[in-house]
Amino acid sequence: MARRLKALALTAPLHDLDARKRLLDGAGLAVYAMAELALHAIDLVTVAMDFDRGASHDQVLRRLTPLVAAQAPARPAAEHERVARWVLDNLINVGSVDRGFDAVYGTYHPDGRYERRRFDFKLLVELADPAGEIYLRATDEAVTVLVGALDTDVTSAQVAAEVTLDNLIRRGRLSDARTAAEAARYRTVQYAEQLRRSLEGTRRDVLSVDWLHTLPALVDEALSHVEARYRHENAILTHIRRYRDSAEDPAHKRAAADLVTIVADCVRRHTQLQARLQEAFAVFRAEQDRQQFAAPAAGGGTGVDLYTQLLAPTLARPVGEAGRVTAAFFPGAVGVRPPRAPRLADLVDALLRPPAERDSLGAPVPEAELVAWEEPPRFGDDAWTLALGLLDEIDPDAPRRLSGLLTAARRRAADEAVALEAAELLVLLALHAVSPRLAALVAAGTSTGDATESGDAAGPRSGEQVLLAVDDGTALDDPEFAGADLLVGHVVVTGRPSPARDDEPASAGGEATSGPASDDGIATAAAARAVPGHGHRAAGGTTPTDLVGAR
Amino acid sequence: MNPSTDVDTSTIGTDDTDDTDFLDLTPPATTSRNADDDGEAAGAGDGADTPARPSGGRSVEGTVRDAAELVAFGLRPRLVPARDAHYRDLVRRYLHESGFAELTHAVADGLGIVVLDVSDRAGLVAGGTGESAFTVRISDYARRGGGEHRAADRMLHALAQLAIAALAFPRPADLTDESYVGRVSVDGVDAFVREAARLLDARVSSADPTVAGALADHAAWHAGGSAVDEPRLEAAWRLYARRPATGTTRDSRRLAGSTTGIIARAMGFLVESGCLAQVGDEGGGTFRTTPRYQVQVRELAADAAMEELLALGVVTVADPDGGLRVVPSEPDLLDAGAPGSARVTEAPEAQEHDDV
Repeated sequence: MARRLKALALTAPLHDLDARKRLLDGAGLAVYAMAELALHAIDLVTVAMDFDRGASHDQVLRRLTPLVAAQAPARPAAEHERVARWVLDNLINVGSVDRGFDAVYGTYHPDGRYERRRFDFKLLVELADPAGEIYLRATDEAVTVLVGALDTDVTSAQVAAEVTLDNLIRRGRLSDARTAAEAARYRTVQYAEQLRRSLEGTRRDVLSVDWLHTLPALVDEALSHVEARYRHENAILTHIRRYRDSAEDPAHKRAAADLVTIVADCVRRHTQLQARLQEAFAVFRAEQDRQQFAAPAAGGGTGVDLYTQLLAPTLARPVGEAGRVTAAFFPGAVGVRPPRAPRLADLVDALLRPPAERDSLGAPVPEAELVAWEEPPRFGDDAWTLALGLLDEIDPDAPRRLSGLLTAARRRAADEAVALEAAELLVLLALHAVSPRLAALVAAGTSTGDATESGDAAGPRSGEQVLLAVDDGTALDDPEFAGADLLVGHVVVTGRPSPARDDEPASAGGEATSGPASDDGIATAAAARAVPGHGHRAAGGTTPTDLVGAR
Repeated sequence: MNPSTDVDTSTIGTDDTDDTDFLDLTPPATTSRNADDDGEAAGAGDGADTPARPSGGRSVEGTVRDAAELVAFGLRPRLVPARDAHYRDLVRRYLHESGFAELTHAVADGLGIVVLDVSDRAGLVAGGTGESAFTVRISDYARRGGGEHRAADRMLHALAQLAIAALAFPRPADLTDESYVGRVSVDGVDAFVREAARLLDARVSSADPTVAGALADHAAWHAGGSAVDEPRLEAAWRLYARRPATGTTRDSRRLAGSTTGIIARAMGFLVESGCLAQVGDEGGGTFRTTPRYQVQVRELAADAAMEELLALGVVTVADPDGGLRVVPSEPDLLDAGAPGSARVTEAPEAQEHDDV
């Protein structure tokens, strides 16, 4: 509250200008919109402000005067200048001793006491630079409120919703509403369960439920609960839906959407409960008709109360007497069944059958035959042949794009499965051919003597042809894979000192990017230039999957 | 003993070709006329064997055979008309032809069987008379055990049957409501009887002479130790309460002599008799009742036991709503019980007038 009062106080001097302009001598100044001019002045100062300086008086006046003049072009220029100066002076509040403003506001203490406080503020302050020149700066308060906070679209429902929602969340009202809605839903479920049980009991036996007092009370209670909650929650729903639809902050939006879901569910449950409450008495009447006025069950008469009339007295009798009663009950209860007459043949068989022998140790444990398990090769022979064939076909002078290779592989493959395998294999082979070390060297453009030597033991011999893939920054456009569209080519390892200069251009960057390889030197430069964008990634220790990976 | 269903079928002697002959040969119009004739014949004579006029398309022998076949179907308790078209036809004929019905009763009577009810749902429900070869007696059922335990074991086995029925049909109306299906579990029945025993115990120890009456005498005998060493005079509920509810055996089966063992066996026997159907394993085995069971308990067993109690001089006045109350809030006793998870307690208004 105090913050908003302070913010409001900051605008007071501006309103004051418009209020006092009629009192100025030399009437007719009322045509000028003083508050507007004041805002312009503050803007001018703010715009001119940098870290250590501000705007000088003259500068501000010079820029403000045309704006004043535009408001009343017919008036003399002297008046324009006078108005501009008046506005500026009033923003500084030249007349007062401390050249500032104050506002009184109050705060409530937790114990209810009211305390008045004074808020001192300035809008424009005059400061002196090292050279002794006076300049103007807009204070933090002025910038925050008059430039920043007031710069909102006050008619925007969205902003209003955002602010309201923010407020609700900050003050915990949203979670309050949620808790209340959930509690009400729980109560509704309880009512529904009570009602369901009662109705179920009624369906079995009308007399088992008290329809005279208990249930009507329950129904009334539940109905008023539903009524109250329905009104309340529909109101919440209407508002929170509006907030949700116009909010832009995803967190706020989500919170509001959650609440909408919960409240909507509550409303749905209330409605269900209400429908069942309305049916309750109909159920009672129907069941009463069915049970109380129905013809007595055919062939029945009244049933025996088995517990009271039979079981309890029997249990109380001595064992001998109880035995007689229960023995009388037994045959009737279990019904009739034909006497069992064993067949003589079966009997003889059964008697002659040797007893089953039992081994105390159980069945022997079978010796398991274990076969060494070998992982099946990931790619079939067809895929290997296809992929290697494609790579072999690459002309040493004309490197190919990975995308082209993939297309060719798919076209040549005998069937779908092979195509899939070969494509994946090609990608892996191409990745294998990317040498981050080489790429790094090219990117750095350094002499590569040491590095090449250190890795030479395992590296290709001089004169050998090796596969090399280079990432020149082109993106791979493929349904299955994503990443860089590598340039794949063959290079011949020639001299040791600087493979980057001698071998690289022949294969990688040159021909594919800059057409016919007229000059090795240019091509090298092109390759070197092409690489850094992605090359530094490779050098930075990224795994090849960054270059090409399955989509 | 475990009579298998294979043996049941041997008594029937079904011959399908004969049946179809009857059905094919007989137009419906003549059927009813013949049946009336047969009915008169059966009514005139005193047995099913009375020969009737061999008029129309169906012979008297054929009708008698049909009636006997219906009785034979009734002796296969797990078979219901819904599963056998011929059975269904015979039941329809019984329901629509009074003559055929009387003939069926006569055939059953000759076999020592009482036809309790015939319906589409249960088929022919038969009850055995005292001397019938088809009646299962408690002495056949609880044959094992001997000496002084014999009578006690028998009583407990039969008591388990009574308790199952009492919990399956807790209210008097449940026995007469054709659509009622009860649910019982082994543990539920055991808890039920133990609760009843606890109530009796409380009544005896409250030493209220007007309520306890003669019970107190027996209790006093029992409490006095072995002053009267006569096990047959021990109250039945004490015998039940003393038995363990369950016990361990070497092969991890149910202890046969425990109360749950006895109840489980009784339920298994009722399943074989087509009186219960297992619906689950919860609560030591959960079962629902069949229409057949309801009829048997209502029409035969309850009355027989009631007569015996009357002979002992026990007259109990029951409330029409039954002595058991369904208490919905405590689902512990009968967790596999009827919908709404019921707990049974004894209603306070159930008065017992005991005049020995």
